[in-house]
Amino acid sequence: MAMTLTEKILARAAGKRVVGPGDNVWVEVDILLTHDVCGPGTIGVFQREFGKMAKVWDPSKVVIIPDHYIFTADEKAHRNVDTLRDFAKYQKLAYFYDPGTPTYKGVCHVALPQTGHVRPGEVIFGTDSHTCTHGALGAFATGIGNTDAGFIMGAGKLLIKVPKTMRFTVNGTVPPYLMGKDIILKIIGDIGFDGASYCAMEFTGDAIRQLSIEERMTICNMAIEAGAKNGIIEPDEKTFEYVKAHTPKPFEAVYGDADAPVESERTYDASTLEPCVAEPHVPSNFALARERNDVKLDRSYIGSCTGGKITDFLAAARILKGHKVAIPTFLVPATVEVAEDIIKSEIDGKSLIEIFAEAGCEDIAPPSCAACLGGPEDTFGRTSGTEAVISTTNRNFPGRMGSKQSRIYLASPLTAAASAIRGRITDPREFM
Amino acid sequence: MKTIQGTVYVVRDDIDTDQIIPAQYLNLVPTIPEEYAKLGSYALCGLPDGYPPFVKPGALTAEYPILIAGRNFGCGSSREHAPVCLGAAGVKAVVAESYARIFFRNCVSTGELYPFETPIRLCEVFKTGDRAEIDVGGAHLTNCTTGKTYSIKELGAVAPVVEAGGIFAYARKSGIIK
Ligand code: SF4
Repeated sequence: MAMTLTEKILARAAGKRVVGPGDNVWVEVDILLTHDVCGPGTIGVFQREFGKMAKVWDPSKVVIIPDHYIFTADEKAHRNVDTLRDFAKYQKLAYFYDPGTPTYKGVCHVALPQTGHVRPGEVIFGTDSHTCTHGALGAFATGIGNTDAGFIMGAGKLLIKVPKTMRFTVNGTVPPYLMGKDIILKIIGDIGFDGASYCAMEFTGDAIRQLSIEERMTICNMAIEAGAKNGIIEPDEKTFEYVKAHTPKPFEAVYGDADAPVESERTYDASTLEPCVAEPHVPSNFALARERNDVKLDRSYIGSCTGGKITDFLAAARILKGHKVAIPTFLVPATVEVAEDIIKSEIDGKSLIEIFAEAGCEDIAPPSCAACLGGPEDTFGRTSGTEAVISTTNRNFPGRMGSKQSRIYLASPLTAAASAIRGRITDPREFM
Repeated sequence: MKTIQGTVYVVRDDIDTDQIIPAQYLNLVPTIPEEYAKLGSYALCGLPDGYPPFVKPGALTAEYPILIAGRNFGCGSSREHAPVCLGAAGVKAVVAESYARIFFRNCVSTGELYPFETPIRLCEVFKTGDRAEIDVGGAHLTNCTTGKTYSIKELGAVAPVVEAGGIFAYARKSGIIK
């Protein structure tokens, strides 16, 4: 029987020849990812259920990347990282990226592929809903809670339902003003905030293949914003090049069958799509940037697992070069590697650091989740009043960046940068 | 036959996990008993202004064992703090038109509460403060204030998991783990 990419990966992980949507199967887990917010609770569940001295099923497959509350004075936040550190030591975990040491990385979803833990065809679970990001490299990846993660820590497997696949084909040439963010916001706007509940969102087509791995990550990252179980893109030469540059570990890529039945199909032409925003307070609140020129902004925020990669900063710098921002503009690289790339990268002989400084942006923050999810009161960039923010993050729920009264407009880094210059929502084509 | 009775609290569509438990409280660890209780005291404190407080200031638990919601309840982050804080606040069941996948799964895995679904838009017909009774096995819900009864979807395969107290208890009972 013909199977989609997601079904094929799950069938292999379940040791079955065939699986179909709705089947409940036990799958073997390749990577379990956790961080400082859900790690301590996961460890709590694991120790409560398997015993205080129990060992994890495989110390090379539990990856812990603290990232949420790193640069804060909050005592519990520090206690939580200590819990992770002790656990990693006791369990002899091969991959614990410890804050305050040279191994610290930053935002887990950008760090995971950068540290070589994402490989095509594998099964990745993480205690974070944006674990779906890793489908961008042709893996099955989804978010789970602490209890399920505690179960995996001990058992190395999990019972899951095989999702139906919704296929999104994006053809045409991607214009220079359009980013992965615009594509996914358009799709979520069309199908709705719960439009892909329980489903796999598979992205395919010429336009998707033109995108870099980072841009594909932006798209898969936001599959959860339509309620999807996972987002996924079939691996190609770009994927293999990226993966091989980050890990020597062998893998066996999986491809879907072209004739596999899918739940639904939608087709887009990238050349006709336009820069857009998601208005408060849901990511499906789609509007074209050029039609929201009247919205005045108080700040611009470029960061997070969705919009804090080097490609995002390059895009923002392309717009900001030679201009001044009209509103406070916060820059938070997702990881240490991104922060280093910002230092190394140049546009027409000018370093990104210089471009951002000359434009009047705030000093670049150390890598972490920062204000993407509000966090403790002293979090960098956290909103505290009625601010209107244009942000490259993935969620604009009430209170998501701190204050319940602030309004978040989600956008691509190009749009966030153009809007920073004008102090109101601006289509980046005005600066291209 | 198991029933759940009490006062209901009504919310509408797309209540995300940041509204159920705002991120600033995620430094609390659900498996530490005092912090579990503390999480309960913050349940639903991220709802927009206009909603009455779910947990009274100074209290650890709410007076509402039943939560009625619209579509897509529990969307957003995978934080298990969300069903946990509701359970800690004393919620026994949510009755919603639909759920976000991870939230639903977390309710079941933890056994904190029953996530019932209903095709009826109950958030339009119930008011916060109404009294209700859920007949768990019979799959219906009565508004004791108005006397009307509504059917809810049977929980099916997940009912025994919640009943057992979550995925571990269930997996042991059925011999999947020791
Ligand atoms: S950057 Fe934001 S969305 Fe991404 S993992 Fe951190 S808090 Fe979550």
